[in-house]
Amino acid sequence: MPVANKPMTVSTPRDLFPGALEMMILESLRRQPAHGYALVQHIQQRSNNLLQVEEGSLYPALQRLLKSKLVKAEWGVSSTNRKVRTYQITAAGLRHLEEQISSFERMFEGIALVLNPGKAATS
Amino acid sequence: MNWIPDIFRRRKLYDDLSEEIRLHIEERTEQLMADGMSRHEAEQAARRAFGNRTLLEERSREVWQWPRLESIWADVRFALRQLRRSPGFTLAAIVTLALAIGANAVVFSVMNAFILRPLNVPHAESFFALQHGVGDVANQSYPDYLDLRDCNRGFDDLVAYNIVQSGLDAGGDPSTIWIEEASGNYFDALGLQPFLGHVFHAGDEHGPNSAPYIVLTYAYWHTHFQDDRGVVGRVVRLNKHPFTIIGVAPKDFRGTLLFFNPDVFVPIVNHPLLGANELSARGDRWVFEIMGHLRAGVTSAQAVADLNSIGASLERAYPKDEGKMTFVLTRPNLYGDFLGRPVRAFMTGLMLLAGLILLAACANLGSLFAARAADRSREVALRLALGAGRKRILRGVFTEAVLISLAGGAVGLTCSAVLLRALSAWQPFPRWPLHLAVNPDARVYGVAVLLALISGLLFGAVPVRQVLRTSPYEVVKSGSNRVAGRRMIARDLLLVVQIAICSVLVTSSMVAVRGLARSLRADFGFDVQNNLLAETDLIMAGYSPDRVPAMQKRMIDALQAMPGVESVGLTDSLPLGAGAGKSIVFTDNTTNLKPSSVVADAFVFNISPEYLRAAGTALLSGRAFTWQDDKSSPRVAVVNAEFARRVFGSMNNAIGRYYKMRDGTRVEVVGLAEDGKYGGLNEDPQPAMFLPILQSPSNSTILVVRSRRDPQLLAAAMRSELRQLDAGLPVFIETRDKPMAVLMFGPRMATVALGILGAMGGMLSITGIFGMAAYSVSKRLKELGIRVALGAGRKEVLRAALGRAVKLLALGSVAGLLLGILASRVLAFIVYQATPRDPFVLTGVVLAMALLGLLATWIPAQRALSIDPLVLLREE
Repeated sequence: MPVANKPMTVSTPRDLFPGALEMMILESLRRQPAHGYALVQHIQQRSNNLLQVEEGSLYPALQRLLKSKLVKAEWGVSSTNRKVRTYQITAAGLRHLEEQISSFERMFEGIALVLNPGKAATS
Repeated sequence: MNWIPDIFRRRKLYDDLSEEIRLHIEERTEQLMADGMSRHEAEQAARRAFGNRTLLEERSREVWQWPRLESIWADVRFALRQLRRSPGFTLAAIVTLALAIGANAVVFSVMNAFILRPLNVPHAESFFALQHGVGDVANQSYPDYLDLRDCNRGFDDLVAYNIVQSGLDAGGDPSTIWIEEASGNYFDALGLQPFLGHVFHAGDEHGPNSAPYIVLTYAYWHTHFQDDRGVVGRVVRLNKHPFTIIGVAPKDFRGTLLFFNPDVFVPIVNHPLLGANELSARGDRWVFEIMGHLRAGVTSAQAVADLNSIGASLERAYPKDEGKMTFVLTRPNLYGDFLGRPVRAFMTGLMLLAGLILLAACANLGSLFAARAADRSREVALRLALGAGRKRILRGVFTEAVLISLAGGAVGLTCSAVLLRALSAWQPFPRWPLHLAVNPDARVYGVAVLLALISGLLFGAVPVRQVLRTSPYEVVKSGSNRVAGRRMIARDLLLVVQIAICSVLVTSSMVAVRGLARSLRADFGFDVQNNLLAETDLIMAGYSPDRVPAMQKRMIDALQAMPGVESVGLTDSLPLGAGAGKSIVFTDNTTNLKPSSVVADAFVFNISPEYLRAAGTALLSGRAFTWQDDKSSPRVAVVNAEFARRVFGSMNNAIGRYYKMRDGTRVEVVGLAEDGKYGGLNEDPQPAMFLPILQSPSNSTILVVRSRRDPQLLAAAMRSELRQLDAGLPVFIETRDKPMAVLMFGPRMATVALGILGAMGGMLSITGIFGMAAYSVSKRLKELGIRVALGAGRKEVLRAALGRAVKLLALGSVAGLLLGILASRVLAFIVYQATPRDPFVLTGVVLAMALLGLLATWIPAQRALSIDPLVLLREE
């Protein structure tokens, strides 16, 4: 991803693009429910640490998802015996994710075509 | 909409969030410690990795809020806290705006009432008055009205009205009332239903004096018949002729002229009884105005074309009586363009002035705000450094501005509403039914609020650049923010201009006040004190001209016999009263009485023998009249000194000489009276002649009663005395200064207006100087601190801090004083003996401006003096 190696900072949380963080959270949760800390770890690992997600920026995104009922949260106890608030994707969240991914893929394709016309044409 | 449960859940949501974040950081810390960090290091690293916790928590919480509303509410609370911390600033800003918005609300309300608001009749938009094509007048003759009404095709119907004054005897106290003589179709064509009883209709008219009906206005019914519903059917007398009250007009209908509210409506066919004109005279244009609703689908151009063609045929049919008969359509509210044009011009001028005042207020508040922003540059820089967005800070600034403007607007609007209500209830001249119905309506409130908001945004925008250019790094490092510089020059200029204007206004209002005070003590050529006037019209009371002189004599004798009355005189018109007439005279040896040989145009007063004594007009030489100076004896006159000078060359040889009246009658001068004021307070000496009432009779009767008794008691006694002579006589009793009040009205209003404008100008200058002084003190706080630390005394500090403001004040004041002295020459046309070369005025202006400067610089001066270098050094 051309834009991904910029670290996410507080003052420029939209350096990715609006909704990117939410999309990644939903994708992670689709694989398995998780609490905030685990989600951060997961996203950083999966992106090979290319995405330096500032940990805290996760929480406003999570609240937005909660508000629009794309995820639900529940207090519980983790396998390591910690008190955790576990997030789970809802049916609406799944649907939303599908739409986001497909629209994102189209956009990315478009951007790639513009940036590397020759390469895109041959591939 | 699930925001209602959200509100209750919110507490829990926020708690969950905080707990979650705490656990997150804790987990990270433990992880890092497991990787081998110390607890302290781990905690710090965890917090760093997490980011700005407070901000993120706030962002997360915002998700659940109505984003705009709640953060605006937070801004408002913050702004209120900030404003409460600087009450002087807040008060100055609110008062300035209150004045400016109040002035605009008052002017707009008057404009709204006079120009914008349609007439209070159904379908006012299609209601027009007919005005002559040339000249701003609308009067027509009655036969012309009938022809226009019957032949036109552009109007649904045409109504006509005229205004007369008449004596009403309703059984109790006969009084003079104002009658609107309206055509029979008046109420039906206007679409008005009676409040009570019924109104007259076109079918009631059967020739001259055929419809003796009265429809009362609601106001007159309310004040004079105490809402008595039994009044319908009552027979009363108008000029001694019986009329039947048939109903009361709708509550809010006060006739179709804005200022002039008649007391009753009477069918116009009764005009011969009430006025003196014949209905059938085509050349006699006594009908005041013709109006009507345009027929649906007819444009005003079509209607005018139609009227003009009728006019052309009337011109052909009656060439002797008709002039050019062309028409234009206007609104009846202000009698077409006759009043409409000057009122519109005047109101536009006033509105512009009010707008300028508001703009100046905004400019001043802008510099106040700039000063405030400079004061708070550290705070702003700190907030920026801590991660606040510039947008949010600007929002704070604008919130403060809008709060102040709304508060100012509310205060201004309240004051103006009170003022406007008083103005609406005010009747400047009790003798005339003049009202200024200028009550504010929704539109006025809307405009005021809008103006307040706009001005808030305007002056709030002044410090925007300052905030945007604040560099947190620079400010935190050096403690100040280097903006401004060039723009201060424009602001200085603005301030000087404001101060100058204020000083002009203060000068002229003082000159006007002095002039007014002087004019009240001036020598009028008659005595204002201890004089009561009883005014009546004997024709109105039903007397035929041959019975008038005897009745006048009886009235004089009756009043003369009252205890405490020193003398009683009679005149047909009053010096310095409305309606004093003039007449041309010729020298005795003029044989060809042509206009070019007129020697003087003199005021004429037809008086009884005792008048000069009763009025307190000194007889310089010769004799006063006697009751023997009647029709059968030679014509005589008493003239004033100026008359003698003009006609005879000197006042010494006037007695016994003759002059000629307009018609050639020779009149012998038997007495010489002192000069006086007749037409106006600021007139040059005017010639005047007094003629014996028996030689030139008049039905207009003003009795001048000289007495030292209490005017109120005497007035009541006089009323009952005159009632005994004739119970149906309408009498109007007032003190001698009352009719003069009409003449004083203009100067008084001019003085009041100047005073109000002067106060506003003063207020604006105060905030202007205050803003500038406060700004310069806060900009130079550090420098002043260093001066104090180096041993500067109070004087030096003040000079450094306020020198510029004081210099500007002095410059503006002097310029204004000079201009004011020039302006007073103009003022002399309005106000009697207005002269600026008056030590009282000069000291007054200087004192006023000094006081103004003191007020404006007080707070900044206190601040400059209270500078503690230690505190400043610690802060930097």
